[in-house]
Amino acid sequence: MASAAQSPTEYVTHHLTHLSVGEGFWTFNIDTLFWSWVTGIIFLSLFYMGARKATAGEPGKLQNFVEILVDFVDNSVADGFHGPRGFVAPLALTVFFWVLLWNMLDLIPVDLLPWLASTVGIHYQRIVPSADMNATFGLSLSVLALIIIYSIKGKGVKGFIKELLFHPFGSFPLLVPFNIILNVVELIAKPVSLALRLFGNLYAAEMIFILIAMLPAWIQFIPGSAWAIFHILVIPLQAFIFMTLTIVYLSLAYEEH
Amino acid sequence: MGLNATLFGQIFTFLVFVWFTKKFVWPPVMQAMDERRQKIADGLAAADRGQRELLEADAQAAEVLKEARQQAAGIVEQASKRGSEIVEEAKVNARAEGERLISAAQAEIEREQARAREALKAEVAGIALIGAGRILKREINADAHAELMDELTAQI
Repeated sequence: MASAAQSPTEYVTHHLTHLSVGEGFWTFNIDTLFWSWVTGIIFLSLFYMGARKATAGEPGKLQNFVEILVDFVDNSVADGFHGPRGFVAPLALTVFFWVLLWNMLDLIPVDLLPWLASTVGIHYQRIVPSADMNATFGLSLSVLALIIIYSIKGKGVKGFIKELLFHPFGSFPLLVPFNIILNVVELIAKPVSLALRLFGNLYAAEMIFILIAMLPAWIQFIPGSAWAIFHILVIPLQAFIFMTLTIVYLSLAYEEH
Repeated sequence: MGLNATLFGQIFTFLVFVWFTKKFVWPPVMQAMDERRQKIADGLAAADRGQRELLEADAQAAEVLKEARQQAAGIVEQASKRGSEIVEEAKVNARAEGERLISAAQAEIEREQARAREALKAEVAGIALIGAGRILKREINADAHAELMDELTAQI
């Protein structure tokens, strides 16, 4: 606990408050943005160092690590997406590894970084970007934009509009409104489900870590380690699901039905 | 909680990171992996070729060995033939030489015999003269009786 004087409600609320600037909608969650950049830069520098000195000869340890992940993502994309992979594969890699690192931040003891921040006068700190809807929707809305772009790329503007109007019930004029409604719902459901799935999992996990942190110190390690071990499964799983669904959605968008 | 402008920051960040990955991370890794795949394929092909070449070389070596063995057998046969020829020749030569030596020795013996006979004749003639002189109690004048001496010598 941050301090003995806090009530449990205050403690939880404190932990769920972002460090932010701005008013109303024009609020920026500094902690989410900061930790996204930190994890992103860790990801990019790690992979850039591995890729920069990549040789066809005997690979070093870092290159090996990078290659395993690149190959894994490339295979996943090749399985799910049958168009040109030049953009989708790097996109999938970025999604996977970035989300993975976001989720990993959840394993850092919940009070550690907020306490460190409070020693330098920063009072609110939520370090897990995937427990902030802005981060998950940021990803999934980008994916939505890509779904539309890839629909147009794969089927042309005409094909895309035709699909919106005449799919799935057929081209009978009375059915067109139903088609449109269904397609729009489907289109919106994709990013919403993507974002909320990741957010829900990580938010719940963070919440449980916070609750565990309120137990007496001598018992914390039992539920704490149990939940952390379980969470180790959730972390890559959620990252993998996000990546795979991104690939699947883009593939559905790109291909003719 | 709830959506706010952080969303735009996240979208922008995401696009920048994807761009970076696409530009600087993906191509070199893929290229290295493709090159290695090619290298491995080439290596395997080379290994196959090497194995095939080894088999061919083995067959060739066996062929050469067989030929060499045949040649060696031929050479040995020829050599033993030549050897027996040389032995035969040597035998013939040795016989001829032996005969020549024998005949030379015989001729020598004959010469020696003749010479001994001549010496013996002269000696006997001398002894006969001395004997005759004793009998006659006087010395035979060698000059006066030279004719007689020669006649005696011829008779013996």
